[in-house]
Amino acid sequence: MSDEGKPAVEMVDVQIDGEWHSFPKGTRMIEACRIAGKEVPHYCYHPKLSSPGNCRMCLVEMGMPPRTAPGQDPPEKDESGHLPISWMPRPVIACANTVAPNMGIRTESDLTHACRQGVMELLLINHPLDCPICDQAGECRLQEFSVEHGNGDSRFRDNKVKKPKNVDVGPRVRLDDERCIMCSRCIRFTDEIADDPVLGFTERGSYTTLTVHPGQQLANNYSLNTVDICPVGALTSNDFRFQMRVWFLKETNTIDTNCATGANITVYSRQNEIYRITPRQNNEVNSDWMPDSHRLNFHWINSEARLTAPLVRENGSFKEVSWPDAISTTAERLRAYDGGDVAVIVSARMTNEELLMAKRLIALLGTDQVAAVPRAGEADGYLVSADRNPNMNGVKLVLGMDDPAAKLDAIKSGLSGGSVKALIVLQENLIDDAGFTAEELGKADFVLSTYPMANPTADASDVALPGACWAEKSGTMINVTGRLQRLNRAVDGPGLTLEPWEIVRDLIQALGGGNGIYSADDLFKQLVAEYPEFEGFTLSKVGELGVPLIETGETIPLIEREKERIAKGIVVG
Amino acid sequence: MAIVVKRPKLKWWEQLYLPGILKGLGITLRHFFATLRGKTKVTMQYPEEKWNDHLPEHYRGAPALVTDEQDRERCVACQLCEFICPPRAITIKPEEIPSEDKWAKVEKRPREFDIDMIRCIYCGLCEEVCPEQAIFLRKDYSITGTSRAEMVHHKKKLYEIGGQRVGLVNKWNELK
Repeated sequence: MSDEGKPAVEMVDVQIDGEWHSFPKGTRMIEACRIAGKEVPHYCYHPKLSSPGNCRMCLVEMGMPPRTAPGQDPPEKDESGHLPISWMPRPVIACANTVAPNMGIRTESDLTHACRQGVMELLLINHPLDCPICDQAGECRLQEFSVEHGNGDSRFRDNKVKKPKNVDVGPRVRLDDERCIMCSRCIRFTDEIADDPVLGFTERGSYTTLTVHPGQQLANNYSLNTVDICPVGALTSNDFRFQMRVWFLKETNTIDTNCATGANITVYSRQNEIYRITPRQNNEVNSDWMPDSHRLNFHWINSEARLTAPLVRENGSFKEVSWPDAISTTAERLRAYDGGDVAVIVSARMTNEELLMAKRLIALLGTDQVAAVPRAGEADGYLVSADRNPNMNGVKLVLGMDDPAAKLDAIKSGLSGGSVKALIVLQENLIDDAGFTAEELGKADFVLSTYPMANPTADASDVALPGACWAEKSGTMINVTGRLQRLNRAVDGPGLTLEPWEIVRDLIQALGGGNGIYSADDLFKQLVAEYPEFEGFTLSKVGELGVPLIETGETIPLIEREKERIAKGIVVG
Repeated sequence: MAIVVKRPKLKWWEQLYLPGILKGLGITLRHFFATLRGKTKVTMQYPEEKWNDHLPEHYRGAPALVTDEQDRERCVACQLCEFICPPRAITIKPEEIPSEDKWAKVEKRPREFDIDMIRCIYCGLCEEVCPEQAIFLRKDYSITGTSRAEMVHHKKKLYEIGGQRVGLVNKWNELK
């Protein structure tokens, strides 16, 4: 983003571990250290939340230029133009203090190390040693800093304080109070981001206990984000609890496809099975958060209801066939129809690359009866968009349609009226999601459908093909704000599942419209060559965080609120 | 850094090798007569006779799970053995201990615990890494089966081999 037109930010010089750096005025000391490449360990500080400074882990040694007594000569500047630093005898917390001109910070001094060691010893006094059963093990800040700054032994000989364990704080979150280190991140998240302040501390001192307010539950649609930001294993997800140790999981950076926001996510999988999904930071799309409803909507990917082989209807019942057989049967059937007899339903859950292949197929068939199924929901004012399709903007752009749903009714009546004789349904379930009936589909001579799951539309088809779901394919999508983002393949589809663009490619080839596309990268290059909007982009330029592609005039409410809070200086962002 | 090994300088009669050969023949001859007189016995009648009594204390045989004095299964399914296992012989599926169980406070246990004995190399790293003293290498060395599936030791079989083990560190005591 360009800084033109903004007032120039005053820069201040700060010495960090002996080296001088320059930061904008107002930068938190902890962020300054991070930018300078010096990690300051912390628990309670989170850049998206206010800083209460209660964990004391980020204590650092700080110094300022000496203040001169009246009449005394001011101290002399050294050759680099900086004043000498007189170090304060006591440390300060780096998370809640901002940098000042000529300030000095020591993150590696004896005092700083002694502070960290002391804080770690106090935190571990009552912390249970149940790392073997704790889900956080492997990604636990307490575990990590205990290795770096801990004593390796406890001087505490008394019994540890007993607190409630295995507390149901909400339908999706479980709380273990003994593991809690009172960082209050979850309390601040529910209060500041989710606007559902149901968590709080009771009791005092060693007995401080995190709890839900009486009669309330941590039940809002963003509750699982508290599990992500919990630095220890106090808050755990009911869904992921005891499923798999995190060090076994392969991380794939991709995007969420449950709504048009396209939240950036990391998919954790092992041996081709997805175990959990967590949000990935993207300050232009989803900040650090994602809704629970989207996060937990993945169990069907491993389910028994998946289509695993191409199915062709013979004498009324389905028969499993090989891909070449399925494609040649389909092509043979399709050749019998004129362009005007065929209708194509594309899905706004398809990637731009798949839509480009669909466009090629539509051109080859010579039909103009094309529609996409809309999915309208209610926006929640945070991250969930009213458009529950991940790539409706892509359909509009790639297929050049202003209203992709416009011809849906015409196709429906065309089926009943007999003007649509063949129907190609790509990655959609028309009967459940678009109000079509099995009778209507039955009136068509030939129905081809691709979908990841067995479904009523596949039941009513003549050829049903297993098309990969979002986690099993790569490509790009355009979100509600017009941002181009990459979808990455996390797992392989079951059985003979193919990515939808491969299915369409094979079909085009069988119909005589040969092409030499063998990878999703080639498809992206064709998008770049054909659409001015894509000009100059490569997949690596789109990167992990995406790039703004088109103007839609839409915004994401949570991101707008966060920008306001950053502008007010409440959070770092 | 290279280490220079000092070679012994051989005397002239040592370089002939004849004294060495004669010495070896002598030993063979001694054993020959000792066997004739029934003084030494060199053949073990395996499998009628087993190695069991002759195995050293540190012998590493089949890995097995153990229960403790209170009949609690000690494994908490932390999956560290699965992680450390060099040939990836171990597969664990954890589960939560239901709240009505006597040991519900332990929270976690293995639902499935499989060791593929075709893969196992008896290295003992699983025993070494276990934070709960739940897996031990026993002296069972003759693991046979007629199929690959039979060679996978499931949880039940592992507890059968392991049995009960007393005198271990008990961190899930009453105070916990």
